[in-house]
Amino acid sequence: MKISEETVRHVAALARLSLSDEEVAHLAPQLSEIIGYAEQLQQLNLDDVAPTSHSLARTNVFREDEPRPGLARDVALACAPDSTDEYVRVPAVLEG
Amino acid sequence: MSVHTVKEILASLRRKESKPSEWTESALRMIEQHDPTIGAFLTVDGERALERARRLDGEAFDGALFGVPYALKDNICTRNLKTTAASRILESYIPPYDATVAQRLAATQGVLLGKTNLDEFAMGSSTENSAFQLTRNPYDVKRVPGGSSGGSAAAVAAGMVPFALGSDTGGSIRQPASFCGVVGLKPTYGRVSRYGLIAFASSLDQIGPFTRSVEDAAFVLQAISGHDERDSTSAPRDVPDFVRGLEGGVKGLRIGLVTGLDEHGVDAEVQAAVGKAVQTLQDAGAEVVEVHLPHLRYAVATYYLIAPAEASSNLARYDGVRYGRRAAGQSLAEMYENTRSEGFGMEVKRRIMIGTYALSSGYYDAYYRRAQQVRTRIREDFEQAFKRCDVIVMPTTPTTAFPLGEKVDNPLQMYLNDIFTIPANLAGLPALSVPCGVSSEGLPIGLQLLAHWWDEATLLRVGHTYEQARGFAMPLPRMGA
Repeated sequence: MKISEETVRHVAALARLSLSDEEVAHLAPQLSEIIGYAEQLQQLNLDDVAPTSHSLARTNVFREDEPRPGLARDVALACAPDSTDEYVRVPAVLEG
Repeated sequence: MSVHTVKEILASLRRKESKPSEWTESALRMIEQHDPTIGAFLTVDGERALERARRLDGEAFDGALFGVPYALKDNICTRNLKTTAASRILESYIPPYDATVAQRLAATQGVLLGKTNLDEFAMGSSTENSAFQLTRNPYDVKRVPGGSSGGSAAAVAAGMVPFALGSDTGGSIRQPASFCGVVGLKPTYGRVSRYGLIAFASSLDQIGPFTRSVEDAAFVLQAISGHDERDSTSAPRDVPDFVRGLEGGVKGLRIGLVTGLDEHGVDAEVQAAVGKAVQTLQDAGAEVVEVHLPHLRYAVATYYLIAPAEASSNLARYDGVRYGRRAAGQSLAEMYENTRSEGFGMEVKRRIMIGTYALSSGYYDAYYRRAQQVRTRIREDFEQAFKRCDVIVMPTTPTTAFPLGEKVDNPLQMYLNDIFTIPANLAGLPALSVPCGVSSEGLPIGLQLLAHWWDEATLLRVGHTYEQARGFAMPLPRMGA
């Protein structure tokens, strides 16, 4: 599987990474090699095999729906790079 | 250099032959003396550690790890103590809460000394992917300590702390334990709470101890195990008495020797040391049977689709909004991209890219889903094998510690090093690495033992029996050139 530089740029955009031209040139052959190695899984006949997403089969875990104290707002906001007294602040999402 | 086990420290404290502050002071001295060379610690919390230890000086012996100094891998959140995951993106992150394991160890009255180096976000096998510093192998400072928990392994090997915690997603406890000549344990998935462990691949990650003896690993596992309602994947199961379970020997136990490992390039000295260890267990009364794991050869390919896929999803949270580093940007999207591109190192970007690719439209079935199907096959291989034996034996790694820089430009070669450790994570099994010899170059070799789901007790018993019977003590590391 040859992964082109164009594909690398497309995948980077999906992952919200902006890569330099150098990084793209560096990653394309490496990803080709790694994905190429993973191609060996295509040899196996897996028609009736169920996928495993988790080694420990567990279904939903519930608790009683009772209010309890969580992380205080000021403590949570203290971690944010930019905040007001009540909110996290980010660059404008909508123009105008 | 004199080093002590957790058991020895506890015995001395219990008999009042020493005080907690003396152990903390001596550990801090060891760090001061050797860490400029080794580079195991990212943060040393010396003053607070001394304060804590001195407070314990005045108290009666209480708590399972009373007065014992320890370190945590820096992807385990500690309240009011910087936790970076060795990433620029979390360079100044100070968590507002403790991981469950940190809380539990504090409750045993152990003394936290600091946070250890790792590959960024635990992605790597040599600790060379840390954004901040190299860690060197105490047995040969020109070689890697292994990874990703290289700092914890090196800190214990160098005698800076008697135990440390790491995390293991594809071998990140066992491989560095093997390279650094210490004991490393990955518990059954779900045995130890992951709450507060910075997530890499959530279906594979598990926290466990590095120690100088199997018995110490049992002590520490006891302290950190058990159900936690804050981690819905932690198992609501009783925790057996691991320490009491150590005795009893291996008579009548069946040891499964995995056949067909030659194709994975196992070093001759590693093979010989593991063979000798199996003989030791046989002499101690165990029965040796051969087992086959037909899908073992697909483990690396499977893992390097599943783990990056989960990572690409887990690491989406680092967007510069609620915590961590933020880069400038005209729009929100540009801010996200700049933050992530400046904050993540190359290996993290590489894995996010692999994972995003494997999950993207048109490739999901061919890569991600297929890998999950092979994961089922690997699990079934173990189910079959455990019908014939109680414990499976393999080398922890195909080779001893490799030189710094040797594999940094060849990610696939780095990944292939994980061939024997990955299967336990894919299947969720408990696995232990115990030192079983030293190569002609003076480098430690690790014996890996795997047991049935939830059967850490048997795993530790076999490891302990081997350690008692192996007939040698690990030589102390040279530390210098």
